[in-house]
Amino acid sequence: MAHEDAQEDTVRGADDTDRLDEAVPPDGSVQPEPEVDEDGLTADDPGIAGSRTRRPAAEVAPPGGFVGSLKFAWAVLTSMRTAIILLLLLAVAAIPGGILPQRPVNPFAVTTWLANHTKTGPFLDKIGMFDAYHTPWFSSIYLLLFVSLVGCIVPRTSVYLRALRAPAAAPPRPVSRMSGAVSYAASAPSEELLTRAQLAMRKRRYRVRRVGDVVCAERGYTRELGNLTFHVALLGVLMAVGYGSLLGHSGSAVVVEGQGFSNTLTQYDDISAGAAFNGQLDPFSVKLDAFHVAYETGPVQRGAAREFKADVTVTTPSGTRADSIEVNKPLSIGSSQVNLVGHGYAAVVTVRDGNGNVAYTGPVVFQPLDSNLKSVGAINVPDARPQRLGLQGYFLPTASVGQMGPVSLFPEALSPELFLTAWAGPPKAETGQPQSVFTLDTTGMTQLTQNGDLLRLKLAPGDSYVLPDGLGLVTFDGWKRWVKLQVSSTPGMGAILAFVLLAVAGMAVSLSVKPRRAWIMVSGGEAWSAGADRVDGRSGVGDEISAVAAELGLEKPPPGP
Amino acid sequence: MTVASFSALAVVTAAVLYLLALSLHALEWAMARHVEVSTASVATGTKGGVAVLDKPSDTAVRPEKADMYGRMGFSLTILAAAVNVAGIVARGIAAHRAPWGNMYEFITTAAVVVAVLYVLGVWKWHLRWLGLPVTLLGAVLNGLAATVFYVAVAPLVPALHSVWFMIHILAAIISGAAFSIGGVAAILYLVVARAERRGTVKGYLAMLPGSDGIDRISYRVLAFAFPLWTFTIAAGAIWAEYAWGRYWGWDPKETWSLVAWVVFAGYLHARATAGWRGTRAAWLAILGFALFWWNFIGVNLVFAGLHSYAGI
Ligand code: HEM
Repeated sequence: MAHEDAQEDTVRGADDTDRLDEAVPPDGSVQPEPEVDEDGLTADDPGIAGSRTRRPAAEVAPPGGFVGSLKFAWAVLTSMRTAIILLLLLAVAAIPGGILPQRPVNPFAVTTWLANHTKTGPFLDKIGMFDAYHTPWFSSIYLLLFVSLVGCIVPRTSVYLRALRAPAAAPPRPVSRMSGAVSYAASAPSEELLTRAQLAMRKRRYRVRRVGDVVCAERGYTRELGNLTFHVALLGVLMAVGYGSLLGHSGSAVVVEGQGFSNTLTQYDDISAGAAFNGQLDPFSVKLDAFHVAYETGPVQRGAAREFKADVTVTTPSGTRADSIEVNKPLSIGSSQVNLVGHGYAAVVTVRDGNGNVAYTGPVVFQPLDSNLKSVGAINVPDARPQRLGLQGYFLPTASVGQMGPVSLFPEALSPELFLTAWAGPPKAETGQPQSVFTLDTTGMTQLTQNGDLLRLKLAPGDSYVLPDGLGLVTFDGWKRWVKLQVSSTPGMGAILAFVLLAVAGMAVSLSVKPRRAWIMVSGGEAWSAGADRVDGRSGVGDEISAVAAELGLEKPPPGP
Repeated sequence: MTVASFSALAVVTAAVLYLLALSLHALEWAMARHVEVSTASVATGTKGGVAVLDKPSDTAVRPEKADMYGRMGFSLTILAAAVNVAGIVARGIAAHRAPWGNMYEFITTAAVVVAVLYVLGVWKWHLRWLGLPVTLLGAVLNGLAATVFYVAVAPLVPALHSVWFMIHILAAIISGAAFSIGGVAAILYLVVARAERRGTVKGYLAMLPGSDGIDRISYRVLAFAFPLWTFTIAAGAIWAEYAWGRYWGWDPKETWSLVAWVVFAGYLHARATAGWRGTRAAWLAILGFALFWWNFIGVNLVFAGLHSYAGI
């Protein structure tokens, strides 16, 4: 059936590969003399050889001895099958981190998750599921993959370099006997036709040579070049990423309107730095003059953010200037980049203690909990006397009390209120232990009550509240906005970008170039042509040869009986 | 009628038109159920020495009725695509911005790109045999968009105000559309290859180009999509660097994009490896296709990452 004939014709049928795999000696080396199989594929094939010369690892018997086993391990590791399996393993290993919350991304979510899953949580934590991309099992997969990649690139490069210098392949059998050969009546003297055929193929950017009465033509060498470029660029990406994460750093700090941040380690709220980070930070400071936010007030997406803009004053050794930071417009200062990564409200409060002294005054940063910026926070007043004081609760920009307690109806501070509970306790020596800024450490304190109920303060800006038992006075002076600035440096970013672009370009070349071989034979008033598309999934050599034949004035004889 | 409501109506209309086209293609398949032998093979004679497998027969004996329904289905698909395009253009006009700012807009545009790629494919490579799965995609995507993902026109949140975002999202839409076509072609491949193995190629299957031809089309579309998807991820990383100060942060969206990318890389390797080509490679293509849509729909709805796209 014609269908099956055609299948035989496609150069890379399944059995084809197997044949090639067998044609290669066990050590994976390639024969010096290109040996052409019947469909025109050589073991030395550029563009295919890389894959073809690799024997299926499972079929290589492990030879004896230490060196033998090493060789075997290397053959297994660099086989194409192993590459596929490692790629799929990498995909699988990346999944847990795409499902479970990750510590470096969202430590708070991890804590919550662990609190909700007391049975499975600790086990998953132990095997690194909450920092999956830094675990030994994840790293070993991608490291193996890259070793395999190197093991793959090196031999393929030398095969490619040899192929580049090789002349166009000769037909594996007489052209007239190749599968899919077409015969024509020669319309002109053989020599003339052959010369014109050579020219026609050259014009189509084939590499051409004459072997006897056959014109051999081959093209598509850039496919393997693109492929090698892609794989080398991939190595480049990995190395540039590694370089950047070793030497780079990233930290963040909350800055309230009117306050500043100077780029020193002590001013960061949190920082992560690469193992080779030298602690050198670009000298600059940023003062937050104002933070502008606009929210959607229309019916559609009501409350969605429409604008974030931080007006800042930047001071560097070379002077002071006014600037602004927006979500997609970070500041670049030296090798540092300053991004706006969060925002919220700070309640400005004043707390007078039982003795009438101001024990605390200033903005207190509240942490947003939802999209309407219901925010949680704590006011720690360790210096209050006779009793130290603590308050904690919510800041609600547009306050309302619903069935579930106080809520915020809109992210803009339209009717802000503070809802607080209060605590008091005997003075305590500074422990120096870091405390969460957003929750109160109530050990050693008792919650204040009034008329037998827990005391709840509800304050609008300007309101004051007298604490019971002469403990003090709390005043809600007003509110300010704060922003979270992230300062990061990532050396080698340009190199990452360059390698990524190189990889994309190499891949595009490799996946679009169609390596082909074509042969045209003219002898004794007859002509034959045959061709081979040498890459799976590509076709069209037939059309190209037909066009050449037409150009040469070759005519197909009428179909025989 | 406002421009916005015209747009919404157009998307619903497009969904209905795709559905009608789908029914016509279903009739086409039904009408061909008596075809016994592969008519495709008749046309795959030798042409300049090498068989041309990816063109199903246009000349061979096709049941006339099947052919008629097929042509009607295709005409209706073109109409559906035109209405779909009109809906998206109107959406952009109503919103005063590129219409790729939320899931609804993403999905409707992806449906258009599927249809456009298909029409181009019919024109250049005789891909009309993909009519049934393609119109199914068009109907499902627009139908889901209109029912589940519909949101009224609104401006973008600040995080999306970036050229890189627009480049990123457009590349994602086109790759997604191409992955979808490659994916449904891979499904057809499995069906036909199975029938070929069992020697039961008949009915409409016999009018398809044969497993090799289907495989080749699937590969071509995926080979186009894969570099574009790589570029999508790279453009997303550039945008993330501007927006969040890190180009890669293992956000769920980023992670699942990488998973899909790695699976497609596995597919490309599988095709070049004995023992993996054919069926296994096709499964990888289908897995990649599923991962793409899971990453877009599932991850958006299930995990709240940094992506402002999250949530409908
Ligand atoms: C980091 C992991 C790897 C990734 C992401 C990757 C990705 C890719 C991609 C996308 C392609 C198709 C594009 C092109 O042809 O240029 C490809 C092709 C290829 N890769 Fe890899 N690769 C990896 C590792 C390897 C390894 C370890 C080997 C060696 C065993 C290898 C050997 C090949 C070969 C021979 C081809 C050409 C296939 C063909 O002829 O169609 N790759 N790779």
